Amino acid sequence: MSILLSNISKNFGQFAALHDIDLEIPEGELVALLGPSGCGKTTLLRIIAGLEQADKGKIFLDGDDKTDLHVSQRGIGFVFQHYALFRHMTVFDNVAFGMRVKDKKLRPSETEIAKKTHALLELVQFDWLHNRFPDQLSGGQRQRIGLARALAVEPSVLLLDEPFGALDASVRKDLRQWLRNLHHELNITSIFVTHDQEEAMEVASQVVVLNKGRIKQQGSPAEIYDYPANEFVSKFIGQTNEFTLEHYTVDWFKHIGLPISAESKIAHVRPHDIEIVKTANNDTPITLKDWQHLGALIWIELTKNLPNGKPKLVYVEMPNEQFKRLQLNRGDKVDLKVRHAHWFN
Amino acid sequence: MSTVISRNVHQSTLDDANWVRWSLIAVALGFVILFLCVPLVLVIIQAFSKGFGAYFSALSEPDMQAAMRLTLLTALITVPLNTVFGVAAAWAITRFEFRGKNLLITLIDLPFSVSPVISGLIFVLMFGAQGWFGSWFVEHDIKIIFAVPGIVLATLFITFPFVARQLIPLTQEMCSEEEEAALSLGASGWKTFFLITLPNIKWALLYGVLLCNARAMGEFGAVSVVSGHIRGMTNTLPLHVEVSYNEYDSVSAFAGASILAGLAIVTLILKTILEWKQTNRATV
Repeated sequence: MSILLSNISKNFGQFAALHDIDLEIPEGELVALLGPSGCGKTTLLRIIAGLEQADKGKIFLDGDDKTDLHVSQRGIGFVFQHYALFRHMTVFDNVAFGMRVKDKKLRPSETEIAKKTHALLELVQFDWLHNRFPDQLSGGQRQRIGLARALAVEPSVLLLDEPFGALDASVRKDLRQWLRNLHHELNITSIFVTHDQEEAMEVASQVVVLNKGRIKQQGSPAEIYDYPANEFVSKFIGQTNEFTLEHYTVDWFKHIGLPISAESKIAHVRPHDIEIVKTANNDTPITLKDWQHLGALIWIELTKNLPNGKPKLVYVEMPNEQFKRLQLNRGDKVDLKVRHAHWFN
Repeated sequence: MSTVISRNVHQSTLDDANWVRWSLIAVALGFVILFLCVPLVLVIIQAFSKGFGAYFSALSEPDMQAAMRLTLLTALITVPLNTVFGVAAAWAITRFEFRGKNLLITLIDLPFSVSPVISGLIFVLMFGAQGWFGSWFVEHDIKIIFAVPGIVLATLFITFPFVARQLIPLTQEMCSEEEEAALSLGASGWKTFFLITLPNIKWALLYGVLLCNARAMGEFGAVSVVSGHIRGMTNTLPLHVEVSYNEYDSVSAFAGASILAGLAIVTLILKTILEWKQTNRATV
């Protein structure tokens, strides 16, 4: 089901959590709402769910205005960061809950409920846990049960609030993969909130970057990474080197391949867009400071002595093989070449 | 080795000397025996001082029976009302933001801080023959003061905070996420309350109800002011004990007292069980 938000605003007292959010999510997408903490992403998700009321604006699900509809009538599935499983019920009863509370006319028979509950538990690979209580499960297990419970009501939209936020790094990695596969299988329009850019890039088909209650950019992970629309997105997604234009550095920028014009003020360069060139010229201001092995990649720290005497750190990333070929040592003087840069005013 | 030694030294400097420990325990235990156990035993001895026959005939005396019935009736009315109020108040305070919330929390505690006699007097001032609404009630021939309604009202006031006070900390701590989850799964507000909220607070609720009941049955001060001490009519069990004692009918007085003491012991046992259940809530 497609989601359309128009002009959503929300204030908490004096604090404006969301300003005029317009967002369109086509059917079947798996969307990440990404941003630093306090940017309004969870509030936006809760407004879509109906757990929070927007001060202004409208919410359309599949073209129908659902702005004033109660959360229980919206047909959404919500997955909570801290699972929110019903602690006095078994796993089975948790998953069956949504079907059992339906109106008598719409409620399936108890045998149908049992059949469907077991099928959902199979889907999340935990049918063998059906008579456990939530506090007997690990975090990863609980979150999968939480998802099965949300799916039991056949929601048209699945909303996940930092679904992996409370989990260990290794479990998180597994669950991300699993969620993406599950989405391929079920194809429910899904939105998940995260502050982890890596998670957003890995799982989502569309990423919406938020900051201070405003949408900064929306696009596929590749678009967001390769064509950041503004300084915030460029810095928030991935690593970036920031070069500020100052008159005494213009020559150096030209030298390394950044064509500076007077209007451009800040250049952002990804660490993998910088090439290191060995040089015999000892006057170059760049010194190799240190490096770290990140497996397939090498993370290199360089210092550039600015004419005003302060050193500036420049980060470069290159494949392990290439680094070996260059045969660099700490303290080597080198030249840089920039392959690609983004300009922001 | 050195760490072990230093830890031992450290520990002995932190621990109190043995005599401090034992004398504190002795003081506490002595107080319990002197002021709780001895009186309780005395009540029972006095109640049976003229034999079992006298004890049971004192209990089956019509005035005593009337007092017991009135006490039960009062508890039967006030406890459910204050349970409903307590749940509603705890819910409102922890789930909604509204003006005057802190005032409401403070006011709930009012009956704890006011002397019960004053509480009784408030009702005499309001509903007594000379009171604010007194003449209206006299005109319509409705008796409140020196009658059962007055006793119920005074007890209602006194036992007001018990359930709410038990529930507020729990509903505050209980994450509302479970309730939100139930709502998102399509459950109505009522279903969410009965299927999710109530099972989570049930032990604390029962605990509050128990304390409320104990106080409703045992209240003396406030009820004494509004009751008028009419034998067989407006005497609750605690009042009956006092009246009998003043009339040197010690068997009757102590028989009544033994019933109240028995109630206290049962309450204490149930309270311990409920406390245990509450702390084991998480592990089901």
